[in-house]
Amino acid sequence: MTRFIIQRLLLIPVLLLIFSVMVFALVQAPPGDFLTSYIATLASTGSSLDQETIAMLERQFGLDQPVHIQYLRWMGRLLQGDLGLSLEYQRPNAELIAERLGLTVTLALSAFVFTWIVAIPLGIYSATHRNTILDYLTTVLNYIGVATPNFMLALILMWWAYSRFGVSITGLFSREFEQAPWSLAKVIDLAKHIWLPMIVLGIAGTARLTRVMRANLLDELNKPYMISGRARGLSEWQLVMKYPVRLAINPLISTIGWYLPELFSGSLIVATVMNLQNIGPLLLRSLINQDMYLAGGILLIYCFLAIIGTLISDLLLAWLDPRIRMEKS
Amino acid sequence: MNGIENNVLQPEGHNQPQITEADALVDTEELLITTQEEERISVASNWKLVWWRFRKNKLAVISAILLLFFSIVVLVPDFFSTHDPEATNARLAFIPIQNIHLIDEGRLRPWVPAVSGERDPVTLAMVWKIDETQKIYIRFFARGYPYKILNLIETDIHLVGTVDPEQSDQIFLLGTDRLGRDQFSRLAHATRISMTIGMASVILSVILGMVLGGISGYFGGWVDNFIQRLIELLQSLPTIPIWLALTAALPRTWSPEKVFFAITIILALRGWTTLAREVRGRFLSLREEDFILAAELAGCSRWRVILVHMIPTFTSHIIATSTLSIPVMIVTETSLSYLGLGLRPPAISWGVMLQEAQNIQTLALAPWLLIPGLTVIIAVLAFNLVGDGLRDAADPYS
Repeated sequence: MTRFIIQRLLLIPVLLLIFSVMVFALVQAPPGDFLTSYIATLASTGSSLDQETIAMLERQFGLDQPVHIQYLRWMGRLLQGDLGLSLEYQRPNAELIAERLGLTVTLALSAFVFTWIVAIPLGIYSATHRNTILDYLTTVLNYIGVATPNFMLALILMWWAYSRFGVSITGLFSREFEQAPWSLAKVIDLAKHIWLPMIVLGIAGTARLTRVMRANLLDELNKPYMISGRARGLSEWQLVMKYPVRLAINPLISTIGWYLPELFSGSLIVATVMNLQNIGPLLLRSLINQDMYLAGGILLIYCFLAIIGTLISDLLLAWLDPRIRMEKS
Repeated sequence: MNGIENNVLQPEGHNQPQITEADALVDTEELLITTQEEERISVASNWKLVWWRFRKNKLAVISAILLLFFSIVVLVPDFFSTHDPEATNARLAFIPIQNIHLIDEGRLRPWVPAVSGERDPVTLAMVWKIDETQKIYIRFFARGYPYKILNLIETDIHLVGTVDPEQSDQIFLLGTDRLGRDQFSRLAHATRISMTIGMASVILSVILGMVLGGISGYFGGWVDNFIQRLIELLQSLPTIPIWLALTAALPRTWSPEKVFFAITIILALRGWTTLAREVRGRFLSLREEDFILAAELAGCSRWRVILVHMIPTFTSHIIATSTLSIPVMIVTETSLSYLGLGLRPPAISWGVMLQEAQNIQTLALAPWLLIPGLTVIIAVLAFNLVGDGLRDAADPYS
């Protein structure tokens, strides 16, 4: 087991190195750079930069160097924990990201918890009460949940709340807390606002997980051990919860591997639509403005989160399922 | 086999003491029919079996019909339009939906109410009123603006239109947007782009997945190892951020067609990995099968073994899997375009149309701007249902 964990941990830097090359190539790819688009914006408002300032800025951000040198310099600073300076905000990227990273992770994790809390009981109920009205209702909701894109659901909810009650349900904080430093009151305020984006983000996964849980459990419910348990006089609740449910949940653990990363990257769209202050909208802005070091930093963070998500599920699986543990070591 | 035995045994099982002549006749007749049925099944090709099983799934069949309709829209969007989708008229902005009424004074004579606009004296915004007393009669297969079917046949027949050609610019079946463009016509054209992009990227994924997965599974060794690592790498990438970065890297100066192709490729870039894995798994297990060995011993070339003996055993499965991945592509394209990084105007896709619905205040005034979103949901739902139906039908063990 320890060997397995160490192997997986050693893989992370290798993956990150490969991803860093890909990410850099990506943010470097658009024609022109931040300076050209910055100059264009300035020109459209009538002002301009003189040649000297341009040259100075170019030197400052290393834009005058060939691509591979730029990458090596970026990478070198990255290893020292320095994500560089944002060209647009003129602030350290690490600071910009750190401000919003917490909210990204909180949102994704709460959506994850929501998914499991809702999907497992719903799946169990659907499977044990097959062909009842509630089962059909769950199935229909599941199909719609899978079919509705995140942002569409957010839009519909926002429109409904606005036209019905005249309230705008965007953002994660009330106005008085937006700029306030962290305090208990701010956390409570966050809890009051986060549930809606959490549901929007988690609903598709919930629908899928419920379906998987229902199907897995249905397979188990027909097995002979159920009859033998019943014959021995176990109550239905005990019988279902103790054996088939545990077996049916096991395959779900492996879904964490893709579900957590999907939540991290899915939160990007929800955050943009609902105007949440996490790293999603920041990435979008930086991509549009060609703020390449900021975009690169955020993309790397997303890669890192994706790797961590997969790692967690692998470790959980190995811990829960001895067969996998034995095979790997 | 089982079925036949059951049927033969059934008369005995009933165990009726006296069998009348008529009863006996009915029994043999039933027996005859069922054996014919059995025979029909035992000689049916795999595709027929799949079709028979698929046919039983009513929801899937309805969805398939719906998708068929969508594909007709994809082929001739102009036929379903009432206006030129690009035509703007700022004075006709935000006209509400005009409901179609079928009956007029007890006769079947479809019409839509006219709209009349007035400027609000305070806000100066146009306020549209549906005027039920003024009727604009409509008919099917009416004449409208000229267009070409598939760029070949010139015609001016449209699915719906006004009876009086003079009024043809007064019907907006799904309302208009900020620029006074007719949503109904735009929706038809958006359907073309969005559906095409979904299917094209899936076809590309299938080709890539089959080729690379096949190579990986059939040859094994370092090639296999390399392709598998590549798949793992691609699958551990965070999808949406990377897609955003890729689409943001597309030059702004590119024509809509170029962007369209680029996005198709971007979507397929990760789509192929799941399929390649499945194909590889199939190849690995098929390699051990006796009939493959037999084919090889009989002197079949490598390509013949792959193309004639291996691939046909899992085509139905691949079709089911790829049907299920079309909606994923459609949703991704819609989301990217909605965020402004996918297709860009003047291209019209569902996502591009939804860009108009970004502002909540606007949306509260003109909720019909959300209709493209409902179309997305319906299309995705239909693809999922057909895909599920196909998967169940293609599975011989169900």
